Amino acid sequence: MSNIRKAFENGKAFIPFITCGDPDLETTAKVVRAAVDAGADLIELGIPFSDPTAEGPVIQGANIRALAGGVTTDKIFDFVTELRRDVKIPLVFMTYANVVFSYGGERFMSRCKESGIDGIILPDLPYEEKGEFAEVSKKYGIDMISLIAPTSEDRAAMIAKDAEGFIYIVSSLGVTGVRSEINTDISRIVDIIRQNTDVPCAVGFGISEPRQAQKMAAVSDGVIVGSAIIKIIEQYGKDSPYYVGEYIRLMKEAIST
Amino acid sequence: MESKGRFGVHGGQYIPETLMNAINELEKAYEYYKNDLEFNRELTQLFNEYAGRPSLLYYAEKLTKELGGAKIYLKREDLNHTGSHKINNVLGQALLAKKMGKTRLIAETGAGQHGVATATAAALLGMECVVFMGEEDTKRQALNVYRMKLLGSDVIPVTTGTATLKDAVSEAMREWTKRISDTHYCLGSVMGPHPFPTIVRDFQAVISRESRQQILDKEGRLPDAVIACVGGGSNAIGSFYHYIPDESVRLIGCEAAGRGIDTFETAATVNTGRIGIFHGMKSYFCQDEYGQIAPVYSISAGLDYPGVGPEHAHLHDIGRAEYVPVTDDEAVNAFEYLSRVEGIIPAIESAHAVAYAMKLAPTMDKEKIIIITISGRGDKDCAAIARYRGEDIYE
Repeated sequence: MSNIRKAFENGKAFIPFITCGDPDLETTAKVVRAAVDAGADLIELGIPFSDPTAEGPVIQGANIRALAGGVTTDKIFDFVTELRRDVKIPLVFMTYANVVFSYGGERFMSRCKESGIDGIILPDLPYEEKGEFAEVSKKYGIDMISLIAPTSEDRAAMIAKDAEGFIYIVSSLGVTGVRSEINTDISRIVDIIRQNTDVPCAVGFGISEPRQAQKMAAVSDGVIVGSAIIKIIEQYGKDSPYYVGEYIRLMKEAIST
Repeated sequence: MESKGRFGVHGGQYIPETLMNAINELEKAYEYYKNDLEFNRELTQLFNEYAGRPSLLYYAEKLTKELGGAKIYLKREDLNHTGSHKINNVLGQALLAKKMGKTRLIAETGAGQHGVATATAAALLGMECVVFMGEEDTKRQALNVYRMKLLGSDVIPVTTGTATLKDAVSEAMREWTKRISDTHYCLGSVMGPHPFPTIVRDFQAVISRESRQQILDKEGRLPDAVIACVGGGSNAIGSFYHYIPDESVRLIGCEAAGRGIDTFETAATVNTGRIGIFHGMKSYFCQDEYGQIAPVYSISAGLDYPGVGPEHAHLHDIGRAEYVPVTDDEAVNAFEYLSRVEGIIPAIESAHAVAYAMKLAPTMDKEKIIIITISGRGDKDCAAIARYRGEDIYE
């Protein structure tokens, strides 16, 4: 059974997204540990990419800062190995197809396994293209996490049937970033997922407020928050672990009640 | 499920799930309309009555004599309405979008030629239009920004990344994921996710469909070489397409080498890049060892792109086409040379093709024939070239 499932065993899951190396890997390590202490159930670790086409300005900024700081895929694997000494909750990578392809699919997945990564999210790899990566990810037991969008319609069932780890429900159109309102009928998407798989599903894109998180968690198995956390890191830099921890505590509490 | 739109190992559809149904809808619509008589009649009418097609195949007699080798013909895409080959693709896509019930076009642009062409088609067909352009390019091509606005389009300067063409593409893709139902992304080159490389190629293939017939009429035989510049590669694939089965015809794509392929200031993707996945496609890209896309450089804003269309990558792999690097210096020399010798000012992009022909023609016998595609006119580049030569001219 996928290790990722554990993230969904303590009620609704709270899943923070953190870009590795923003502003440096030491800070990222502290942010991750603060997130774990504050009740995060699974962490999405971003491997920065020069041209992240699915991201809004906030996460684009984190990618640029991290790359400017000299972080590389190899340094991130070493960093995860180090984290795994004490961080036990599931960890997944979120990056772009070229980062994995360029490293070599097999080499990338084997290093994921060695360092203790449980899954991977590639937002520019739709269902039709996942074959060449899924072959090697299966071999090393790394879950390829699928995304379902408000525009997926008839594709949702097909994606859900093949899903592993968890399903990432994209809350609304557009790129990542804080939104004041989410109008998509998430429960309709969740219904389709439930009819086709027992893999848990979490909602992301645009969630920043406890009340939004509560609403999204009520109809799914968890929430994913990226830009709101990256903003805190951008604002407080090396001092951000404390503030990220406080924020996550608040959000986790909101979805647990 | 089968991956679609492959050219050998290249191509595919590497895009966010949010766009998949829009892309599938586009593919279905295109498959229907490409064989629809009424659609083709309307498009041919736009080509002939509005864009000024067929474009001339001009025998450059003076250039031929000066270079002293192969006979040189110029395929004059610079004479099209809006001044470049970009109008071929744009009229096709805008008409298709309109048939699909879309009311708004978005586009990326580098030099501004595709942006101007899209703004033009939008004005003609009564559609809303937003063009994304790297801030760096809005400065290099300020006049084209004004043209687009004059045509009723919004121009959004893109400040992310290197603020050039690749960032304009990224931003147009982001915009499309935000607003899909009424919006068509009018991609300007043979790149991006399937079906764009095929759609754009088919609309640009009018170039070689015409030139093949024109050269047969004039010379009674096929050319020995066809030369075109390659950024994403739309004018080149259009120039090559109908000659691909004719193995006696050399197909030569000229990449922007910038300050040279042994420097980091280059945009010669096939010559210096390696296979990767970006902007919706698998193809060759300029990138570092970790797959981070490299900042590229060329004097030409239209060729200043770190990737190349997947069909070109495949033609390179199978050896059917050759891709040669041409430096800024060589292109600027050719820009000036063609202006002086033939009274034709080529776009700096097209000047890359002229530059290679200047090297190749003298090595060929006099009975051999070369066709160079002049993809656009060079008025837009005059101020920049003057500055390159140290003259203080601003538009």
